[in-house]
Amino acid sequence: MRTRHPISQNLDRLIACRSCDLLLDRVIPPPGKVARCPRCHHVLLSNKRNVIDNTLAGAISTAILMVAAIFFPFIALDEAGLHRDASVMDAVGAFSDGWSAPLTIAVAAFIVVIPVTRAVALIYALLPLRLGMKPARNAARSFRMAMAMKPWSMAEIFIVGVAVALIKVTDLATVSLGPSFWAFSALIVIVVFENTTLCEWTIWRLLDPKRR
Amino acid sequence: MDHMAPAGPEETITARDAGLVSCTNCGTLAPLGTPRCARCHAALHSRSPNAGQRVWAWLLAGIVCYIPANLYPMLLTNTFGKVSTGTIIGGAIELFEYGAWFVAVVVIVASVVIPVAKFMVIAGLMLGVRYGSRLSAHRRMQLYEATEFIGRWSMIDVFVVAILTALVQLGFVASINPGPAAVCFALSVVFTMLSAQSFDPRMIWDSLEEHAARVRR
Repeated sequence: MRTRHPISQNLDRLIACRSCDLLLDRVIPPPGKVARCPRCHHVLLSNKRNVIDNTLAGAISTAILMVAAIFFPFIALDEAGLHRDASVMDAVGAFSDGWSAPLTIAVAAFIVVIPVTRAVALIYALLPLRLGMKPARNAARSFRMAMAMKPWSMAEIFIVGVAVALIKVTDLATVSLGPSFWAFSALIVIVVFENTTLCEWTIWRLLDPKRR
Repeated sequence: MDHMAPAGPEETITARDAGLVSCTNCGTLAPLGTPRCARCHAALHSRSPNAGQRVWAWLLAGIVCYIPANLYPMLLTNTFGKVSTGTIIGGAIELFEYGAWFVAVVVIVASVVIPVAKFMVIAGLMLGVRYGSRLSAHRRMQLYEATEFIGRWSMIDVFVVAILTALVQLGFVASINPGPAAVCFALSVVFTMLSAQSFDPRMIWDSLEEHAARVRR
């Protein structure tokens, strides 16, 4: 391993690639563009407009949609005069019998608890910035938590699972969709929106107490 | 798309070479040996500690859980008192027979092709770091990113079981209950996700330099 002295004492003007550790002179790309690592092409940072506004908008809509998704009926089944309603909570509770019970907790976490917690954490971290106040006391911690939770927030995967399940049962019975189904479907759009608008690097810089 | 210019005169000077550690969380640079990031308070490691061991351990756990996930039934279907069981593969074949070939393909891809490909990619990446690889570092990087991105989608099958169980509870006429495979499959997906998250992509690039150094010597 080669060891050299730091090239510049001003660490603020340097950036290291997260995925290959290459040390680079930090250049902010023109608006709307992303800067990539020359070695591994990983996205280093992007200069997107209204990062805070867009991320907040996504988080607030997620929170509202999740409330709708939980309290409205999700899906209903009719067959031979028999009727069965299922809410999202019924899907969560599907594994609650016997030894598969721990899976209930996991499913609840993946499709309800984690998406909601993430939205709340993002709002908590970013709303003060949006209002021009100084960041909340645990803003850095909650933003870090929100980012760590991202792969485990599976609302959009759940809705694709619903689509597959629907095709399996439509031959057997009449299925009707409730408002909650559409609320969940809208969540997919928000996830995609967040993936295209969020630049972690920019938000971290805005959250930095030294800069304010 | 803009590429940034390397900071050093040589093209490959890493933060570690320069005596720095970068926070994987927020990107702040600090001198090597700094325990915590000043900006976000995350623990700082130039390379994630014991990454190799953790990747192998989670991967093994994922593969072990994947075996019963395929042998045991995923769904227990009860129609007019008659109980039939369906494994993952069995369910997909049934869908083919219904003529729902598109859904069958989705199920096969999500629950067989993706998990098995993930096991192979993660093991391949680890072996590549250790022994060198015929694939370029770029290609390996792409494989890693694809694995990380796609891993969570395997959860579809577990959610399908959850929804069918919640929905199809029409008493004697028809009811569906989860089989043991659902739990094993969910565990396998979670363990494989943890395995992929434990992998430190910087290992790929370090190993390139180490192999190059060995050739030079």
